[in-house]
Amino acid sequence: MGLKRKTADLKKRMREAVKGGGSQAIKKQKAIGKKTARERILSILDPKSFHEYDLFVEHSGRDFDMDKKFLPGDGVITGTGTIYGHPVCIYAQDFTVAGGSLGWAHAKKITKIMDHAMKLKIPIIGINDSGGARIQEGVNALAGYGEIFYRNTQASGVIPQISVILGPCAGGAVYSPALTDFVFVVDQVSKMFITGPEVIKTVLGEEISMEELGGAWVHSETTGNAHFFAESEEQCFGQIKELISFIPWNNDRKAESFPKKPPKTRQYNIDEVIPADPRLPYDVRNVIKSIGDDSEFLEVQEHFAANIIIGFSRIAGQTVGFVANQPLVLAGVLDVDSSDKAARFIRYCDSFNIPLVTLVDLPGYLPGIDQEHAGVIRHGAKMLYAYSEATVPKITVIMRKAYGGGYIAMCSHHLRADFVCAWPTAEIAVMGPEGAANIIFRNEIKNAENPDEIRKQKIKEYKDKFANPYVAAAYGYIDAVIEPKETRNFLIHALEISSDKKQIGPAKKHGIPPF
Amino acid sequence: MEAIKNSNTKRMNYKSLLIENIKYRTLLTEKYKQRKPYSRKDEKVMAAFIPGTIKELFIQEKSKVKAGDRLLVLEAMKMENTVVSPMDGVIKQIYFAVGERVRKDQVILEFE
Repeated sequence: MGLKRKTADLKKRMREAVKGGGSQAIKKQKAIGKKTARERILSILDPKSFHEYDLFVEHSGRDFDMDKKFLPGDGVITGTGTIYGHPVCIYAQDFTVAGGSLGWAHAKKITKIMDHAMKLKIPIIGINDSGGARIQEGVNALAGYGEIFYRNTQASGVIPQISVILGPCAGGAVYSPALTDFVFVVDQVSKMFITGPEVIKTVLGEEISMEELGGAWVHSETTGNAHFFAESEEQCFGQIKELISFIPWNNDRKAESFPKKPPKTRQYNIDEVIPADPRLPYDVRNVIKSIGDDSEFLEVQEHFAANIIIGFSRIAGQTVGFVANQPLVLAGVLDVDSSDKAARFIRYCDSFNIPLVTLVDLPGYLPGIDQEHAGVIRHGAKMLYAYSEATVPKITVIMRKAYGGGYIAMCSHHLRADFVCAWPTAEIAVMGPEGAANIIFRNEIKNAENPDEIRKQKIKEYKDKFANPYVAAAYGYIDAVIEPKETRNFLIHALEISSDKKQIGPAKKHGIPPF
Repeated sequence: MEAIKNSNTKRMNYKSLLIENIKYRTLLTEKYKQRKPYSRKDEKVMAAFIPGTIKELFIQEKSKVKAGDRLLVLEAMKMENTVVSPMDGVIKQIYFAVGERVRKDQVILEFE
């Protein structure tokens, strides 16, 4: 055979393989509004950058007549490419081939591209769309999942791991995304659960739809398993690309820096966002937008535990991670979910050399039996742990309230913040004036002829004396009191002078965070 | 939550949240609104600790039992769980018959 014929043979083989599950299966996939695995990869990566691996891999099933079946690529497409020029490894399960089910060869393709990503120290993106384990392959399918989970854990904190759920992802399969850094979901398309509606109906007699049990919205708002919610696959791909622009390739690098851009101050005026009365709400995202370059803010877990805001922005071109209490929702309290949400994000930023900016305005922890019984002690402790352990530059801005345990938890100097500044509106105290005055002056109030008047008077006295930043400033617990409009310059300077910060803790195998 | 997307925060459905004697004006989350009120556990009531099927009943109404006596077998997740009495007492009422399915936390029987 001459080169021409061999090339023609190769082309024919490739044409067969890229057909996936064939036109019928592809039609079915499209009918429910889903793109094919190949289309997904090509939409995420830069044009013409995709290089496929293992196109000709064949499955190894021998039982139940599987040896007579040809499964193109064994139901998963893997390869490398770039996003805005950043290299990535990527894989996409192909639902049109045997329901995207995971057999031994399918898993080997995934683990191979994961190993590749680790060797090259570049991010890995996994697109999940699979019916689950390929039952015909028995324990080999389980082995495949186990190998993936182990690699997810090894890669954690070394290379960014992104999971995109674009179809079913059920049973053990959900634990790979759960071990990765960011999970993207799309409304009506993503479905994640350990036991599906049918099992629940048989065992419990309870009826629930897939969407209600483990749809995109449930995981975005209720469980917190998802980090980015999109209404369409296109929107989801846009979010992935945006995220990639904010994070570094691996834990040895810093995120790419961009040209410095001022915030859109006409739209987001820092002097007008915050009501001086600490009991009134506002949207803290407007503060972030009044500080960050070009008022850009990529919010993470927008719909889960909305009483704390986390996400990425840039200051003077450099990526920073914002953690901010949100007075708009539940008065910005810390609770079980918001502590979990913030703690994980802090650890992410610390792993990937992203400085942390903390904006503080909280009344404390959410009171309630449900919170106590849900383990707010254990969950709240995660945040103390994450902040104390983090060695990236840590900058804290106390905007209004910083009461009690909340003051300590929100990256205070005591947890080794590098810079802490407060606005003149800050109130740093062991608790709010109303609560404190009631305790300190309990007897005076009780024994007074007109307790209400005395209470009001005592609250005012306490407010005048303690509801300000100057008591804490007098002890050196905050470094500076600044006008809100100086905040951006303060942050730019702090980031500039801490760019070489190195901090080495005591030698240990690893700590024991309150998981 | 739709409301939170909108950055115009002036006309929102604010509620008040009391923390350490201070009333804060704020929005509430669905999870917060749907939290279950706490109810104290009634020791005289025995509920299913796992959803399953009543496989066997060793007692009837008015049966006298001692702590540790077998009450019933609850089949769940392919396991047969023998449920024993947590106390000495008399069975007041049994709400299920053999073969019936119970949900988690559903009351199976009550002591007098």
